[in-house]
Amino acid sequence: MKPFKVIKIAWLALWKNKIRSLLTMLGIIIGVAAVIIMIAISAGTEATIQEQITGLGSNLIYVQGSFGRMAPGADSSGGGLVYDDAFAIADQINGVQGVVVEQSSTQTVKAGATSLEDVTIMGTTADFPSVRDMEIASGRYFSQQEIDRTTTIAVLGSSLAEELFGEEDPFGQTITVGTNVRLTVVGVFDEKGMVGDVDYDSRLYTPITIVLEKLVDNQFSRFLGDRVRLIYVEVDETVGTEGERTLDDVIYQISLLLAKRHEVSLDEPDFTITTQQDIITTQESTTAAFRSLLAWVAGVSLIVGGIGIMNIMLVSVTERTREIGIRQSVGATPNDIRWQFLTEALLLSLIGGLIGVAAGVTGAWIFGQASGMRTEIVVSSVLLAFGSAATVGVFFGFYPANQAAQLDPIDALRYE
Amino acid sequence: MNKNKAIINGRDLVKVYQMGEFEVRALDGASIQVQEGEFVAIMGPSGSGKSTLMNVLGCLMSPTSGEYILDGEDVSDLDKVELAQIRNQKLGFIFQSYNLLARTPALENVILPLFYDRTSLLTEEEQKEKAIKMLNAVGLEDRIYHEPQELSGGQQQRVSVARALVNDPVMVMADEPTGNLDSKSGAEIMDLLVSLHKKGVTIVMVTHDPAIAEYTDRTIHLLDGKVAREVINGKEKK
Repeated sequence: MKPFKVIKIAWLALWKNKIRSLLTMLGIIIGVAAVIIMIAISAGTEATIQEQITGLGSNLIYVQGSFGRMAPGADSSGGGLVYDDAFAIADQINGVQGVVVEQSSTQTVKAGATSLEDVTIMGTTADFPSVRDMEIASGRYFSQQEIDRTTTIAVLGSSLAEELFGEEDPFGQTITVGTNVRLTVVGVFDEKGMVGDVDYDSRLYTPITIVLEKLVDNQFSRFLGDRVRLIYVEVDETVGTEGERTLDDVIYQISLLLAKRHEVSLDEPDFTITTQQDIITTQESTTAAFRSLLAWVAGVSLIVGGIGIMNIMLVSVTERTREIGIRQSVGATPNDIRWQFLTEALLLSLIGGLIGVAAGVTGAWIFGQASGMRTEIVVSSVLLAFGSAATVGVFFGFYPANQAAQLDPIDALRYE
Repeated sequence: MNKNKAIINGRDLVKVYQMGEFEVRALDGASIQVQEGEFVAIMGPSGSGKSTLMNVLGCLMSPTSGEYILDGEDVSDLDKVELAQIRNQKLGFIFQSYNLLARTPALENVILPLFYDRTSLLTEEEQKEKAIKMLNAVGLEDRIYHEPQELSGGQQQRVSVARALVNDPVMVMADEPTGNLDSKSGAEIMDLLVSLHKKGVTIVMVTHDPAIAEYTDRTIHLLDGKVAREVINGKEKK
């Protein structure tokens, strides 16, 4: 029998039941669209993370204090990172290009009549713009001397500057942080955007000494030194690419130095050192897990769609028993009948798959526009989804088609 | 007309149905011969086995035992696929309830047997022409693209007659062809069958209506799965 004719017959049968065919396809449409959209979202997320990480440079080392072990006032030499550790690292370790210390505080910021609550005040150091890849848009950043002298100045993130001053030029203006810390604005950063979940543009940047002495000052700092949460170490570009010094060597030297300074053993350090690469790896495994979870969920919806097809095909076979009998009486063989119903199931899933691809691609785009999340259509996911839809059609169409093929012509003709 | 060529030669046909623990012998040794060009009626009360005989002769099922030679070919022991091909090549069916594909134009209904004909050398266009010719022959030239629900009972039965003839069968099986029709349409269908018979088409018709049976040359009466008697042109045989 001519394949074209079989497809035509199947198409006509589906066309006669347009609404039902459409509803049957809906399962496949949703399944295919779900696969494409979900993979597009996770691919978009991955790409965003990847870009941020490359944007930050892969030569960053994070030194974090482990505060867990230390009770305030217990052993003054035993806990956490202090401000001076950063300088020790910068001075004594080879291959270190820059060191940034950050200590933040959340405060209310006032400028004239404008008052903003819960602004993140980043106390940081001189290398911050280069390590964090931030550009000054107007004015200037602050120097090490200004940090040492606890100069009351601030550099604003772009969106913070706009919120506080609008069109007005913030340069030279005085703002009040918290209750009584008055800072003079000396510069505004260029727009940076979100990096991870951190909005660099909404922050206020000030010498770390301001934060340590005026905003998070506490009674223990006299004994402990000014405690900081995190030290960023930017390693020289050449480390790991040439010569004998590798990133691991640098990390080891930092560990030795800090252990010595804190008087702890290397087996039980009061700090942890993480590289950018560690973070990339963690992020990647998280997104990979996320992606495969999404793929499974979407796959399940495809199977549900397939079961929908099988269900409707079974109903259809019963409903069209008479038609099957008529076809058998004029000479249709079991195979002819089987092919007819299999083709119908296949057409349902292929057309459903095509509509699903269109819906998925559009849906991913709309989702991206609506949520602001980045979505990226992965060609292999489109092929995968479409291929699965076809497979599902054959698989779930086979049983009903077989039921139809095995009907006895006499019973089928007699069926009311 | 060659009266010597047998189209149907059935000997000792037996069909046993297993109904739970009971055996029903719907056909119990029926023997029947039909020559080429004959118009034969099969009559009998309900339960006499005439439907079963119709189904066996129409190759819709195989007999449990006995020999059935159709157009010189032994078809007593064929499988489903072979039976389907025999139906397609050698037989045409006219049913009481027309059995046309719903929501399908008359033309498509008539083409259907050609569609399943693997041996056909006709192109799609030629198949269409042939089907239209058949519809013309049954007087439906202006109803070619009408669907069954747009046609009267008599017209629908004409479509099924056209379908029964489109594959040039050696025999047409008619099962109560007038059963669902009013007497006027019924008479028209019978006139159509008689005119086909006069053109040489072999017709075997199952009916319970003696008035309808009178259109034929010969009436075979069944009783309890056996041939009870035969009436040829109004005269009792034997």
